[in-house]
Amino acid sequence: MSTGDVVLSVRDLRVTFGTARGPARVVEGVSYDLHAGETLAIVGESGSGKSVSTLALTRLIPEPPGRVEGEVVLAGQDLLTLPPGALRKVRGRRIGMIFQDPMTSLNPVLTVGRQVTEGLEHHLGLSEKDARRRARELLDLVGIPDPERRLGEYPHQLSGGMRQRVMIAIGLACEPEVLVADEATTALDVTIQAQIVELVQRLQAELGMAVIWITHDLGVVAGIADRVLVMYGGRVLEEAAADDLYADTRHPYTAGLLASLPVVGEAGRRLVSITGLPPDPVDLPPGCVFHPRCPHRDDPRCATELPPLREVAPGHRVACFYELPAEARR
Amino acid sequence: MTDVALPPHRSRTRDVLGVLSKNRLAIVGLVVLLLLGVVALFGEWLAPHSPTRTNIPNRLEPPSLTHPFGTDELGRDILSRVLVAARVSLQVGFIAVGLSLAVGVTIGLVAGYYGRFVDTALMRFMDMVFAFPAILLAIAILAVLGPGIRNAMIAIGIVYTPIFARVTRGSVLSVREEDYVRASRSVGASGPRIIVRHVLPNVMGPIIVQTSLSLAFAILSEAALSFLGLGVQPPDPAWGRMLAEARGFVRVAWWMGVFPGLAIVVTVMAFNLLGDGLRDALDPRQKSVIESRGHLL
Repeated sequence: MSTGDVVLSVRDLRVTFGTARGPARVVEGVSYDLHAGETLAIVGESGSGKSVSTLALTRLIPEPPGRVEGEVVLAGQDLLTLPPGALRKVRGRRIGMIFQDPMTSLNPVLTVGRQVTEGLEHHLGLSEKDARRRARELLDLVGIPDPERRLGEYPHQLSGGMRQRVMIAIGLACEPEVLVADEATTALDVTIQAQIVELVQRLQAELGMAVIWITHDLGVVAGIADRVLVMYGGRVLEEAAADDLYADTRHPYTAGLLASLPVVGEAGRRLVSITGLPPDPVDLPPGCVFHPRCPHRDDPRCATELPPLREVAPGHRVACFYELPAEARR
Repeated sequence: MTDVALPPHRSRTRDVLGVLSKNRLAIVGLVVLLLLGVVALFGEWLAPHSPTRTNIPNRLEPPSLTHPFGTDELGRDILSRVLVAARVSLQVGFIAVGLSLAVGVTIGLVAGYYGRFVDTALMRFMDMVFAFPAILLAIAILAVLGPGIRNAMIAIGIVYTPIFARVTRGSVLSVREEDYVRASRSVGASGPRIIVRHVLPNVMGPIIVQTSLSLAFAILSEAALSFLGLGVQPPDPAWGRMLAEARGFVRVAWWMGVFPGLAIVVTVMAFNLLGDGLRDALDPRQKSVIESRGHLL
């Protein structure tokens, strides 16, 4: 893995939604650096704030009811303080996005061509003809056969895998520095998943982008990520290089997640689950967000004090008071 | 990746026309409207007599071979007057509805997409207009602007604007939450661009249906206003005016009222049949707001 300079620096990102019951703190103080050419995976269960934390990067959260605070620095510019016009120049141009559901993320009444060229005309000021030529190249790049014909077709005429490729082509259109893939493979079947993962990896190597890969599939993470952020209840609980996360797990929640994975060849083993439910963002527990479900909440500070992210090994940070014994680290 | 054989290319427009062509009543409506269109364009040439030349000795003639629809109290040929009046009725209908379409759809798009206080301000204003009985509001507007065809079009246009605003806004509210709208924001599209390029094409179905149904109501409104002497001015023929003139002769010359009346009925019904057919073809679940509005006369 080759990682270069920091392209995106996120500091103390907070997202709050006003609700009838009070403010819902969906993302609480997330910080990380993303390096050029790096793949950062953000994992966590539904509602852990992983999607919202990336939508907030370019303020794609409806405000109000949402509220985004903190710093998102891209090439020396804090995106969160940019006026709307300048922010639109960043969206799609410098930070590309691929969304989860290719069935609903394409406009059903516009041809594929018009949707791929949208960003090209808007950001690069290409003429309709040039944009169309570039769109053809892009479809070719993402492995869509007969791109000329596909450009004139409507989304319903394409299969799910094809549509996800179109989504990727749109995300890549302006060769952004950062590509956010939000559960980009979740809606696809396993063989197509593998193709899409491979495709993004290949394009990343060719174009040198940094990729943020949001997923709840730890299997995908193991295959592609350089670094992993484990999110829970809107907070980062553990951050580590992908290999370290599996070989040297430090947080009880991460350990629980890994233990709940089925292992090939261990037929008959009962899957372990983490008991309890994820926290309510309107009513977060005091102290560590995970302590009500934690099997190791022995430290009296767990229920009263927020454990800070502390470095336990080079590049490995954990938000926990408890030292997971070596044998529990897998 | 394996390229599965795709179904033959079928555009949405073709699907809609396919469903429509199986609806016999809608086709009847369409054919009647096409015939009306021809009459509206070539009424003067189709008319056997001058629609305005009086012929007192021939007044109040019952239908005959020379005057198939009879003559009125000034001896004018009623068939000719009915044919020539088709143009003004359709013209008023199309221009008035075009006006409410343009203004109402724009208001609905803006209110629905931006939401919040923009939505509240625009839609409460539309509700105010909507709250007046349609014909009363049209009369009030004409009282201010003065009678005449042009002002009748403006008045009818204003009266039907809120329906378009509501139909559009309702559809926009659901479309703006779609993933593809978020996706398009994520590539940097601006609000107006999203509205025109992504939202508008996805809300066209209900708007097309509403247009067809509103045309029927606009033509009825024009007839009502002309009946009251606020629309088309004499001596030009208009169906509503002809009904008004026939009022005093119902007992001696039934044909004076029956034929212009039939013309209105046929036109309005044709638009309604087509509108219902379009609604079924575009979205079987869609129910028109106009049904809740009640009738004008």
